Amino acid sequence: MPTPAEPEPVNPTLTGRIRKTFSSTERSFTLDVEFDAAPGFTILFGSSGSGKTTILDCIAGLVAPDAGRIAVGKRVLFDSGLHVNTAVAKRAVGYVLQDLALFPHLTVEQNTEYGLAHLPRSVRWERAAAMLHEFRIADLRQRRPGEISGGERQRVALARALVTEPCVLLLDEPLAALDSPTKSKILDDLRRWNEAHGIPILYVTHAREELLALGERVLVMEEGCIVAQGTPHEVLGAPLQETVAQLAGFENIFDATVESVHQDRGTMTCRIMTCRITTGLPVGDAGSFVLLETPLIRAEVGSHLRVGIRAGDILLAIEKPVGLSARNVLAGRLVSLESRFMTILARVECGVEMEVHFTLAARDSLALAEGREVWLIIKTHSCHLMRR
Amino acid sequence: MVINWQAFRLTIELAVVVSVILFVLGLPLAYWIAFSRRRWKFLVEALVALPIVLPPTVLGFYVLVALGSRSPLGRWWQSLTGHTLAFTFTGLVIGSIIYSLPFAVQPFAASFSSIDGKLLAASATLGASPFRTFSKVILPLSVPGLVTGAALVFAHTMGEFGVVLMIGGNIPGVTRTVSIDIYDQVQASNYAAANATALLLLVFCFLVLTVVYGLNRAPNRKTWAIGPVK
Repeated sequence: MPTPAEPEPVNPTLTGRIRKTFSSTERSFTLDVEFDAAPGFTILFGSSGSGKTTILDCIAGLVAPDAGRIAVGKRVLFDSGLHVNTAVAKRAVGYVLQDLALFPHLTVEQNTEYGLAHLPRSVRWERAAAMLHEFRIADLRQRRPGEISGGERQRVALARALVTEPCVLLLDEPLAALDSPTKSKILDDLRRWNEAHGIPILYVTHAREELLALGERVLVMEEGCIVAQGTPHEVLGAPLQETVAQLAGFENIFDATVESVHQDRGTMTCRIMTCRITTGLPVGDAGSFVLLETPLIRAEVGSHLRVGIRAGDILLAIEKPVGLSARNVLAGRLVSLESRFMTILARVECGVEMEVHFTLAARDSLALAEGREVWLIIKTHSCHLMRR
Repeated sequence: MVINWQAFRLTIELAVVVSVILFVLGLPLAYWIAFSRRRWKFLVEALVALPIVLPPTVLGFYVLVALGSRSPLGRWWQSLTGHTLAFTFTGLVIGSIIYSLPFAVQPFAASFSSIDGKLLAASATLGASPFRTFSKVILPLSVPGLVTGAALVFAHTMGEFGVVLMIGGNIPGVTRTVSIDIYDQVQASNYAAANATALLLLVFCFLVLTVVYGLNRAPNRKTWAIGPVK
């Protein structure tokens, strides 16, 4: 009896090692990364210009790396050593570009069938119909991209890429322009599709909530390098690098020194320094400084850290609050108020200057104005520590 | 009215033949100009644009020399057919093709290169060959440019004078086009006949261009958005 050939793993992993330098007269940019993406979602997270899209372009074959190797399982797409550079059209990589690039002159159905030209008409029709149904756009099949909504276009772009049964899916900020409910519905459909197919999906974003909604694994990009990787909670919950912290949306970042450690309570007290202290000039009230209670991390008394606090995590009161669980209550004065997108961005001087966000309604009901004495309330676990 | 209908028929025939040939020749040339990354591309672009700036007499003179029995091309043609290309309808077609080349190639190339590169990238990632991308994406999205190019070639050939005079001479029914007929009438002081023919040519060319630009208005350009709603 013939022994069956050893089956190739059904869901191969995408592996990549890419080096690529772009030079212009003003600046040069080098992308230098090594990564792998198992079946499921892998998120490329980073600010714009960090090289996320270039990675996708290299995998799709639209940009040739200077050196490196890109493979899906045993199938080599690019290898500078072996002089392999598979043509874009032969890579079987699904790529949804940032602005979708739907064919404007073709209907939804024709767009979806575009990648199936090699199949007989009946098979083509059947597969496109199934995919349109799966992504809930079957009733739009005769419309053109210009006649449907942004969310629907997004679905068409996904259907068009997935109907070709690619071995890898690349998504470049696919949901950036959509509202949250639309976003999460599309993500659900995509996740359900991939439960059945199980291909690696590389998902580029700079939106925190997408990271938390999707994240199985995150690669954090900065200046052409992968600076951190792990689960979303590992990457965001205990940021080790200030760049990550800025990405994660900490409006307030201060230099701090560990004043005391309370092993028994799982907290530490940190002394916050302002920029003025670090430049050697005295703070307004001589001798005053800010102490914050923070979560305990592995750090010794006197060691130097940074503390990040999101402006939206700070509560503001007009009288000194009592009976609160929050451990940090700071007296301060409103320095400025600025209204932006229905949110008030306020700056409060409380030994250090902190940015605080609250609603228009809060401003009006508390009659907040510049110069007003206020209290800031910050929970221990809203103080995120990182190394410096 | 003393309109020379024979000259009219000949001119329209010439314009149609030249338009069809330039449409076919212009597509690959324009594709190459729009997408090639060769360093010497600019040389080809300059060469294609040359007929726009050259006096028709200069162009006509060199074409005449090239077609004549002293040039290799002229000799080859003569050995094949027994007569020279100069002063024939075929010679006229060749001269007109060169003369009108930029009017086809430039609008074609401009509309090809104005297509969003993302669409071409998307087509390639969906497994399409360059030819499939050309026929399914580039051509359909370039229709206005193609129509403009063809119309310009047609109208330009309808009205050409210098090149025709140099290459074709003035043989009734063979090379005497409308513009030459008008010239002849004026030389013979038949102003009424010249006016009638000239007016007819003017109205005809205006109508052709009106129809073309009317069709080219692209009624729903706005709905041709390709990306997310911003």
